[in-house]
Amino acid sequence: MTRKAAALISGGLDSLLAAKAIQQQGIHVEGINFFTGFCVEGHTHAIRKQDKDKPKRNNALWVAEQLGIKLHIIDIVDEYKDVVINPKHGYGANLNPCLDCKIFMVQKAHEWIQKKGFDFLITGEVIGQRPMSQRKQTMPIVAQESGAEDLLLRPLCAKNLPPTRPELEGWVDRELLHDFSGRSRKPQMALARHFGFEDYAQPAGGCCFLTDENYSVKLQDLWTNRGHKKYDLDDIMLLKVGRHIRPHKSYKLIISREEGETRFLSGYKKQFQSIKTISHAGPLALIEGATLNAEQIRLACAIVARFSKGKSSEQVELTYSAAGGEPETIHVSPLPAHEIPQHWYLL
Amino acid sequence: MQTIKVDARRLLCPMPVIRLQDAMEPLPVGSQVIITCTDPGVKNDIPAWSRINGQSVLNIQEQDHEIIITVQKDSNE
Repeated sequence: MTRKAAALISGGLDSLLAAKAIQQQGIHVEGINFFTGFCVEGHTHAIRKQDKDKPKRNNALWVAEQLGIKLHIIDIVDEYKDVVINPKHGYGANLNPCLDCKIFMVQKAHEWIQKKGFDFLITGEVIGQRPMSQRKQTMPIVAQESGAEDLLLRPLCAKNLPPTRPELEGWVDRELLHDFSGRSRKPQMALARHFGFEDYAQPAGGCCFLTDENYSVKLQDLWTNRGHKKYDLDDIMLLKVGRHIRPHKSYKLIISREEGETRFLSGYKKQFQSIKTISHAGPLALIEGATLNAEQIRLACAIVARFSKGKSSEQVELTYSAAGGEPETIHVSPLPAHEIPQHWYLL
Repeated sequence: MQTIKVDARRLLCPMPVIRLQDAMEPLPVGSQVIITCTDPGVKNDIPAWSRINGQSVLNIQEQDHEIIITVQKDSNE
């Protein structure tokens, strides 16, 4: 009887190697990739010119193709909110709830294998590799709190951990598993060479925007100024795009930095108030928050004009539109750089 | 056999792939999904998803920053 394992596939090297190590033992492997809304994968290089040279591939799909396995991409955006908002084990250096995230993903994957009739789960975790979620003390917490218990096998560091059910039952040979630990990538690179993988996603310090300081500042600002931690997918997508400036607690501007961002933000003009430069080439800005009064519209236009080709001109013509409304022409002098207080910028 | 249309404009990868995957699941073999997207990443991701899941991309068309992809369901597995 061929045993079946589901592998959590992030698109990085570790999950690729973990899945391959189990495939090599004759196990049928299929991949699961969770979409939280905070995944770095694809997003910024879909929008920004600076990343145009990077391949626009989804690394999880690419890894699945290298392994010759199916990949099930699962949208957990709504369920994941509770993990971000109320992490039982707290946040890391930024708003990254890494341990709660790992527990949640393993729990969802465990539910999936039960529903689909798979025998066990595998992850690419390595002891000591990540300061929050991949430590010797936290590995048992992930297995216990997710409910996966001894059906969770970590092939890359299994020899450093107590045997799991797949090992005890003889579904996999523990001797053929690995004993990697620590932050060095050398053992993984050697194993990749052994398996014949020459091209793989380079480790880049995480695949989640919540580990990014700038992103976390913007998310915290959103929560603080709304007075609650609720969010929807559009909120978290827009935090990835543009220059964010908050002149007042009741509203902020999201100003595009290049053509791709302008095109992306223009898709939100029916939902948000917006400002566009007319007399000079310049950005599109969305206004997130309360409906602006006349004085606030003039200030917002002056800020947007500052980021246009007309920033040194005496006057710039722009249009202000209410959400989905008709454009209204406004003429303003661009706000000089020194009149935009540094604390308005959400970096 | 059915043909259905999916609007995935403004969605960034992998959301268009998830929309396609969810639209395909209940359809009988031979059906087609025509998905309209704006994220250029779909030109790689949807063919990759189709290859690993045993489905076929019949056509990829681009017009006015929109990418329209027709995928046929070849497999139920």
